Amino acid sequence: MTVNLSPETEKITAAGTSVDSGEEISARETLRRGLAFSPELSEGFGWTILLAVIGTGGRLVVPISVQQTLDKGINGPNGVDLSFVTAMAIVAAFAILATGLSSYFMTVRLFTASERGLATLRIKAFRHVHDLPLLTQNTEHRGALVSRVTSDVDQVSQFLVFGGVFGIISVGQVLLATVVMLFYSWQLTILVWVCFLPLFLSLNYFQRRLSAAYGVVRRSVGAMLSAISEPVVGAVTVRTYAIEKRTQDRIDEAILANQLASTKAQGLTAFSFSLGGVSAGLANAGVLILGIWLGLDGHITSGEVIGFAFLVTLFVGPVQMGTQVLTDAQNAIAGWRRVIGILETPADLDDPGPSGQSLPRGAMDVAFEDVSFGYPGGPLVLREVTEHIESGSRVAVVGETGSGKTTFAKLLTRLMDPTSGAVLLDGVDIRQVEFASLRRRVVLVPQEGFLFDSTLLDNVRYGDLDASRERVLAAAAELGLGDWLGGLPRGLDTRVGQRGEALSAGERQLVALLRAHLADPDLLVLDEATSAVDPALEMRIGRALERLMSGRTSVTIAHRLSTAENADEVIVFSKGRVVQRGSHADLVEQPMPDGERGVYALLHDSWVAQQSR
Amino acid sequence: MSRAERASTLLGGFRVLGVAIRHEPWIFALSTLGSVLFGALTVADAWVLGWSTDHVVLPAFKSGATTTGGLVAILALFLGVAILRAVGIVARRLGAGIMQYRMQATYRREVTRQYLTLPMSWHQRHPTGELLSNANSDVEAAWAPIAPLPMAVGTLAMMVIAIVQMLFTDLTMAAVGLLVFPLVMVVNVVFQRMSSPIFTRIQALRAELSEIAHESFDGAMVVKTLGRETEETDRFAAKARVLRDEGIRAGRIRAAFDPFLESLPNLGVLAVLGVGVLRVRSGAADPGDVVTVAYLLTIVAFPIRSIGWLLGEFPRSVVGFTRVSRVLDTVSDTTYGDARLARAPRGVALEVDDLHYTYEEGQVLLDGVSFSVEPGRTVAVVGATASGKSTLTSLVTRLVDPQSGAIRVDGEDLRDLAPGQLAANVSLVPQSAFLFDDSVRGNVTLGDDLPDDEVWEALRTAQADGFVAALPHGLDSQLGERGTTLSGGQRQRLSLARALVHAPRLLVLDDATSAVDPEVEARILAAMRRRGGDSTLLVIAYRKATIALADEVLFLDHGRIADRGTHQELLERCPAYAHLVNAYETEVAPQ
Repeated sequence: MTVNLSPETEKITAAGTSVDSGEEISARETLRRGLAFSPELSEGFGWTILLAVIGTGGRLVVPISVQQTLDKGINGPNGVDLSFVTAMAIVAAFAILATGLSSYFMTVRLFTASERGLATLRIKAFRHVHDLPLLTQNTEHRGALVSRVTSDVDQVSQFLVFGGVFGIISVGQVLLATVVMLFYSWQLTILVWVCFLPLFLSLNYFQRRLSAAYGVVRRSVGAMLSAISEPVVGAVTVRTYAIEKRTQDRIDEAILANQLASTKAQGLTAFSFSLGGVSAGLANAGVLILGIWLGLDGHITSGEVIGFAFLVTLFVGPVQMGTQVLTDAQNAIAGWRRVIGILETPADLDDPGPSGQSLPRGAMDVAFEDVSFGYPGGPLVLREVTEHIESGSRVAVVGETGSGKTTFAKLLTRLMDPTSGAVLLDGVDIRQVEFASLRRRVVLVPQEGFLFDSTLLDNVRYGDLDASRERVLAAAAELGLGDWLGGLPRGLDTRVGQRGEALSAGERQLVALLRAHLADPDLLVLDEATSAVDPALEMRIGRALERLMSGRTSVTIAHRLSTAENADEVIVFSKGRVVQRGSHADLVEQPMPDGERGVYALLHDSWVAQQSR
Repeated sequence: MSRAERASTLLGGFRVLGVAIRHEPWIFALSTLGSVLFGALTVADAWVLGWSTDHVVLPAFKSGATTTGGLVAILALFLGVAILRAVGIVARRLGAGIMQYRMQATYRREVTRQYLTLPMSWHQRHPTGELLSNANSDVEAAWAPIAPLPMAVGTLAMMVIAIVQMLFTDLTMAAVGLLVFPLVMVVNVVFQRMSSPIFTRIQALRAELSEIAHESFDGAMVVKTLGRETEETDRFAAKARVLRDEGIRAGRIRAAFDPFLESLPNLGVLAVLGVGVLRVRSGAADPGDVVTVAYLLTIVAFPIRSIGWLLGEFPRSVVGFTRVSRVLDTVSDTTYGDARLARAPRGVALEVDDLHYTYEEGQVLLDGVSFSVEPGRTVAVVGATASGKSTLTSLVTRLVDPQSGAIRVDGEDLRDLAPGQLAANVSLVPQSAFLFDDSVRGNVTLGDDLPDDEVWEALRTAQADGFVAALPHGLDSQLGERGTTLSGGQRQRLSLARALVHAPRLLVLDDATSAVDPEVEARILAAMRRRGGDSTLLVIAYRKATIALADEVLFLDHGRIADRGTHQELLERCPAYAHLVNAYETEVAPQ
């Protein structure tokens, strides 16, 4: 099942960060860099080429045999010479056998090298995508990233093993045919080339048009898939508003656009392909006519002329095949370029690896030193934040939407690096900490608890791959989720469906919390992690976490101020700055320096207004 | 694959092609004609070469002179044949393309029509990914054999012509040549039989690999925060390596068969040469005959592969067609009546009568729920996580039908209403908002012809006017796939505006402001109170501010209505209710 909503977004942009498909590097450059990423492709390539040359040579056996038979076997000086033909046929049969063998080995080598090289490329690209900032910053273009490691690589692989074989053989054959033709008659060879010259010259033009036409097709596929997804993903909306007709119209329009674009590209392909045949006809006639003239002057024998006609078929076939391969090559190169573009996009977070520092266990102390953050090309969303969070404290972070709370959380867990300033964990710059150590000790629970299409048990275990079933059950009980788990007909073996959609939003959050608890971090950051859970359960979880996190550090971002009331300290954000900090009791009446009513007090007012009914 | 399965795949493949041919007989005829023309002319090429050898080339070499007529004839014949053949190629390829894309379009339209017709319960049983691939890759696979079809038919014609021509040229040499065709055919069929299961497996592996990538990237936040990149890469790499090995296996098979397919006609030519020499010596044939038969063998042998290509597409095609047919053959079990609701400018009366609903796994979600709401009143449904609240909203908006019990709007059972009647009167704002790949306006009006000031009015009520006005193109800004990224709260507000602008007589809000700041939420609620006093409102909520809107509160517990009354009444007499809604205050014990 290929689910691909926007497969062909060539340029992906996310909040100012972007992954270009390379600044349109040339085909040769693409090839060079592509080979560097997949060394398997070029290893022992010389041998493959040698085998290809031998294999191609076999194709000359037939035309040469025909010529020899006509000239020496039938029209020879001694009339029909059977023994000559027999001997020649035996030699030719051996030649065919030998070339067959070498073409076997060539194909095997080519397939093995391509598949190995592209598997490497695919895996490298997949790993790298996980290091790209846009994956976590922009959820809209993930489909395009998926196609980088799937269909784009498939396109290259398909081309290398199918087009590649034919391409190598075709070029070899055209060259070989030319050499042999030259051996028979240079005049006729020139004639053949002249006949094909218009085709070669128009090739570039057709390639450009074809590549443009297939570009339109790819985009139309993207638009069509997006339209088709509407009645599936938006089934509820379509039904409740009864907009079936409108939805169908939009789909039909996209389907039609795709159909027309595909048909147009196909027409262009067919037309450009048919041109080769006309050149071939011209060449055949020309060879015979010029051959007769040359023969009359004694330059060439009749057998050579006829043999030459066979050689022309040897020339025509690969030329036609070659034009086809060239078209596929355009698409493959474009796909390759896109994959390379991903691999060459710098990961914005550098893992110092084993050479980095590792953090010892125990409650964690956090410091922000003059931290500012802005997405590339955008305004700063966090300005000059200098805050210290003591180890073992429970801190709540509040503020309006867009005040910088979530950015704070992402910097704290190193999902992003500050534009300036530094984040310190236990006094160590977070950029110096080895990821393996960082991710074990610091865990963020985001608002959207993502679940994998598996069982509940597997999903919880994502926090600790070695946890036993009993440990998971115990962890659930510790968090006060035993009742909920017990209420599910299949308990931990419940299948959660794609993205966890078989559960409600609140239940997904419960799984995410359980997962984080199992991961056993020293710094836990909750970003609206219980927003879809009912108040009673939310408070119960809050109490449980309080108990479980004692002796550790926790930072909770919430728009329910009940969380702030329970915290040791509250940090108040407004417009990217920390404007207040203190306990709930201190802040609730604290005015701003300019005498205005405090930001926290205002937030609290509206919260109270909602609660006191 | 068992013998029976193979036979059924072969038969099935032809049956699928039969569907396409019956659907597009004219285009099929055109492309086949083009292909036959191409085949006939390819053979004619051999004949032209043989004719030229005997009548122009050899006489010229013998006599030492040639006629202009002969040369012109050669040019005219070769060029004529070539041009006609080019026409044949265009007709064949373009025809095959037109036919293939038309079938794809037709089936995509039909499949998506089904998606729009079939009930929610059906949608819930089928994963999103499966439905998307039904409409996309399955349709594509089903009609893939159309591409090589005309070529294969043309090749058959070409073979027949070539055989006839060989027979007329020289019976003995023809006999030798004729051995080659069936051999090539057999080798081709054996090749397809051996390789098509691998290709089917490769196809499946590609899909699985893509699913892993999708899921892994979708869950990137979790992967990153728990530092599971290595494990995810291992999961992906394991599948990628299986795919790689299958690819190499396919390569080996192909490597073994390719030289065979290539050598057979070549060996045939050598045999023809040997036999031909004998025939020439005995005076039974001309040298031109030897050339013709040898040439025929060379040119016909290659296209025979196209028959192999056609058969090779069959397994995928049959699987794709079966999957598509499964969607197309499903009959919606949702029935409609012809009752209509009066289009009155007031809220509807809602009546819920002994509702039962059980999920497939036997989980009872609603267990005998009854209540009624008078026109224009607001009822809040309150309950713990997973108490059946969302199920209730699905039933009231008839996304699903209950196992027993009934829901009536203005006295009419939902199941008796004519299609479209419910939607015209009832709107649901779900928990997670869905936005179309369309402009803000399109997302709010959903294509209805509504004046801009009404759209702005609805956006204002939903507190969405501010951020919409700040978008680069205002109402015309593109959202969704290729457009602006909105936050969860912004999406919810647009979804709310969408409901408001359609002025429903019953508005159902399913925790529709959960991602909105409390302050903004308060403003939304205030605006809604000011605005729509007439419509009936059913809200699912946790927050007291929302509950306070309600004239009456239903407290749902484990699929039953545990209590009902005003917020105050429930607070006083129902401890479970008080515990739930007061959690924020009561739990804040000053420490």
